[in-house]
Amino acid sequence: MSLPTLVLFLPLIGCVLSALCIFGSQNKKAELLSTVFLFFSSVISIYIYINIDVFQDTYVIYNWISFANINLNISILLDPLTAIMFCVVTIVSAVVHMFSIGYMHEDQNRARFFCYLSLFTFAMLVLVSADNFIQLFLGWEGVGLCSYLLVGYYFHKPSANNAAIKAFLVNRVGDFGYLIAIALIYKYFNSLNFDEVFSNTNSLASLNLIFFGYEISLITCITMFLFMAAIGKSAQIGLHVWLPDAMEGPTPVSALIHAATMVTAGVFLVVRCSPIFEYSQFTLNLITYVGIITSLFAASVALLQDDIKKVIAYSTCSQLGYMFFACGISAYSLAMFHLVTHAFFKALLFLAAGSVIHSVHHEQDFKRMGGLYKKLPVTFIFIIIGSIALIGIPPFAGYFSKDLILEYALSLQTFKGINIYIFGCLGAFLTSVYSTRLIYLTFLNKTKIKSQVYNEIKEPGFVMIFPLFILAIGAILGGYLFYNIVYDNSFWSESIYTKPDINYVEEAHNIEKIFKLFPILLVLSACITVFVSYRYIKNLASLLNNNFKILIKILKNKWYFDDIYGFLFVRKMLQFSRYLWASIDVAIIDSKGPIGIASNIWKVASYCRQAQNGKVFSYAIVMFTGIVIFVSLLFF
Amino acid sequence: MNSFPILSSIIILPLFGALISMLVKGNDKDVARNVRDLALWISIVELVLVILLCYQFDFNNNNFQNIEKKVLLSKFDISYFLGVDALSLVFILLTSILFPICIFYTKFSIKFRTKEFMVCFLILEALVMGVFSCLDIVLFYIFFESLLIPMFLIIGIWGGQRRIFASYKFFLYTLAGSVFFLISIIVMASIANTTSIVELDNYYFDIFLQKWLWIGMFLSFAIKVPMWPFHTWLPDAHVEAPTVGSIILAGILLKVGGYAFLRLSLPILPDASAYFANSMIIISIISIIYTSFVAVAQDDIKKMIAYSSVAHMGYVTAGIFSLTAEGIKGAIFQMVSHGIVSSALFLSIGFLYERTKSREIKHYSFLVKSMPTFSFLFIIIVLSSVGLPGTSGFIGELFSVLGVYKYNAFFGFFVATGLILGAIYMLRLVREIIFTIENNKVLVLNDLILSEKILLLFFVIITLLLGIFPNLLISFIDGYTLKLIKNY
Repeated sequence: MSLPTLVLFLPLIGCVLSALCIFGSQNKKAELLSTVFLFFSSVISIYIYINIDVFQDTYVIYNWISFANINLNISILLDPLTAIMFCVVTIVSAVVHMFSIGYMHEDQNRARFFCYLSLFTFAMLVLVSADNFIQLFLGWEGVGLCSYLLVGYYFHKPSANNAAIKAFLVNRVGDFGYLIAIALIYKYFNSLNFDEVFSNTNSLASLNLIFFGYEISLITCITMFLFMAAIGKSAQIGLHVWLPDAMEGPTPVSALIHAATMVTAGVFLVVRCSPIFEYSQFTLNLITYVGIITSLFAASVALLQDDIKKVIAYSTCSQLGYMFFACGISAYSLAMFHLVTHAFFKALLFLAAGSVIHSVHHEQDFKRMGGLYKKLPVTFIFIIIGSIALIGIPPFAGYFSKDLILEYALSLQTFKGINIYIFGCLGAFLTSVYSTRLIYLTFLNKTKIKSQVYNEIKEPGFVMIFPLFILAIGAILGGYLFYNIVYDNSFWSESIYTKPDINYVEEAHNIEKIFKLFPILLVLSACITVFVSYRYIKNLASLLNNNFKILIKILKNKWYFDDIYGFLFVRKMLQFSRYLWASIDVAIIDSKGPIGIASNIWKVASYCRQAQNGKVFSYAIVMFTGIVIFVSLLFF
Repeated sequence: MNSFPILSSIIILPLFGALISMLVKGNDKDVARNVRDLALWISIVELVLVILLCYQFDFNNNNFQNIEKKVLLSKFDISYFLGVDALSLVFILLTSILFPICIFYTKFSIKFRTKEFMVCFLILEALVMGVFSCLDIVLFYIFFESLLIPMFLIIGIWGGQRRIFASYKFFLYTLAGSVFFLISIIVMASIANTTSIVELDNYYFDIFLQKWLWIGMFLSFAIKVPMWPFHTWLPDAHVEAPTVGSIILAGILLKVGGYAFLRLSLPILPDASAYFANSMIIISIISIIYTSFVAVAQDDIKKMIAYSSVAHMGYVTAGIFSLTAEGIKGAIFQMVSHGIVSSALFLSIGFLYERTKSREIKHYSFLVKSMPTFSFLFIIIVLSSVGLPGTSGFIGELFSVLGVYKYNAFFGFFVATGLILGAIYMLRLVREIIFTIENNKVLVLNDLILSEKILLLFFVIITLLLGIFPNLLISFIDGYTLKLIKNY
């Protein structure tokens, strides 16, 4: 068994073993086994990443579907893109497994939890190692399923059930787009393998489809539907509604699935299919603006959320927007760079938030916390590290990846690029505001926790701190460790599209110094302003409330997306279904169809029956009439 | 080996079993046990025979094999003509797998008149085998329509409260269609002067006649499938039928319609099939979307599954009439997959019904606590029904969509919407019966007993196996599909 295959299957083995542990409810064994397997897997994937030149190949596992000229394998397409995703997925998954040992300690059936967690990791690895569209879809739906199971893990809570279903169904809308894209690709390329499709894109680039008289380029069509799938998975505006609700799941799940891995699958899809996306400027523009709008929208909603996890969730939404607009200006490697660093610092933030939640007995509203820096100093430091990395202050990871995107965008000197720079900076500003607010209210504010509870709060143990430590290393050093993937285009060796003559980093460094410093100064000033106003303005809340009433109301209601969707797709749909059933199935088809015909036959028969009444007189009349008619017929 | 009339034995053996069952006498309990054992053994022998048939089947040969022919009426060459190709073999195999399972399960669900039930059931098996293996159109008609009788009795005698209404609706609906089928057969036989399906395949009817013949057959088959708007018998029949009746109805009898389209409409009337392909796909799309919506509105679990069956069979007809290799493969795959998945769903509902005598969604809640094994297996089945990759449901849907898309992108778009709609009602069902705690009142039910676990697990394994190794089935029907679409 080759090493890449091991990376893929170790989590599956861990999953099966912990599934077996469910029966004996041997939770200890399950958590230990699955965690150890994941650590092995992550060590191997780091090894592969370092020696990617040696391992680069396609490892076929077996022939999955074959018909006519289509041959779809389950395989590992091990190129730099897959290798780096392997690293991110297995490392974050391993530390999340370890963290969960502590976090889920009180759960009596946690073997099930670890089983799902390992299954998720396996599905995610299947997704990133695909060499054809269908295997990618297998992983794509697999992670969706695991997300469904894990979000609904606390199944006794109705809100968790609803969130799970919402996540699954909203993702299904995206999957619908994916299926259409597959069908289009299959129809015109007559293949579903990446290498064949990508190498034929050029020859089909000029083909136009005609819809109701409008001509749309085939490639634009395909990429739009692929992007629709990406919007669903990566929670971009329109289909983002599932992500905040998905916070109903246990916090380690949010760290793994809803921050580091699954939600980035949409970005991964765009990057993986970059050879197609490059041929459609229209879709790239669309991606850019969807990314920009999402990054601002989500950041604005995050400003006023009071649930610590929801703030981080909207923040994830917003950061995914950054990755997308990087894709939109064809800077796929920069998007990947941000994906990697974001995976570390966002997972760190989530796990640190998990550590807080764990300590305060599953309270998530930070308006009811405060003053925790004294009780949870280590967690406090980790959250600071994560937040600094998030808002992009050098030398932390987020600065490198995020500012690189903004600087490169500006260096393009196009309308799109300048838009990205301006709105990206604005997004960073908002990010810095909500991050500071979160830290201030959770840790620095006067405590609102009952003193009895407050005194008992203590730092979690080693199994929960160590994972934070690993992720913190990633959040601090990630910018250096992975710098080579953007600095040197040759790293990607054709696994993604990179403009051959452009070195993104050098281009980015060519802009004027003031534009480089501007974002940093902006976020720093935002931090300080927020901190100072929270600290020294006494009636801040009422002051804001009086002056920005409407804005606050809109933001608190998350721009009314949930209300509108709930109205249209839940209540109206149920009414529509009942209407269809009652008015068509029952009222038309049945009563006019079989039952109607049957009763009509009955009616006709009862008319006929009246003639057979057994009275000689009426028979005689009929006979007489008949004779008269026949005789008259004879004569005339 | 070739001299042994294996197909005839497959048809005659259950009839023989039924005859013996009728002769069994004694007190009710012993009779029930003996007859059930007898039927079980007969169906297992059938399974062995079918496996033998598969074993000696030559997959490189696309012609009919194991041919048996005896002329009954020389005027129109009406004959007792049997033979199998890959398509028939798939369904014969499916039938022979489902029947022993059902007979085994009757132990729990059929409490009275067991002897008569077994007689009906064995006759039904013989007739189904006949439908799938006969190559004479008159014989096909006889088998095809006689299926009604045992099913009518099964629903009418062992069904629920409104069984009489349901069985009459079922009977009249299907009978109404068959009249037109019969007319088509008579016209074909008198013009082509033969009733052999093999010869009819090569006979060319002029296009005008083809259309009328096609419509005649369509009415009969569409009711069997069932396609919108001929579907309203299905929910009633399913709701009232006993569990095993539902399994056979969903697992096999619905497939007879799809099989008939593939066996008769497509090869005999190729021009008409191509002519009507558009309308067929549109009706299929309506089936998929409309019934998915209607399924959301149901309060009765069985009714919901029944409507979902209509939607899933919509993929089948859409795939068939895309007239592409992908679509037809998808259709066959979907039929097999639906045979497995819907059987498993009805079986699961049967398990619940035996415990509480209720089919209302509202009646169940929080089964995950009281019936964890059931919940686990049921969720896998539901996921397969939703078409999650890795399960058999996905492959069928994917291929159907690819096929329809290849035929017409616009239609493909609408067929694919089933992906979203199907998930809505199935996940709602899971939430309502498995996860929700209703009014803090948790129903305490016993989890599955061993034999129930094994039955359900069996279906789960098959659906996963077909999802993970779909080539098992695809390679089976590859040659057949290519031969079929050569005309288009």
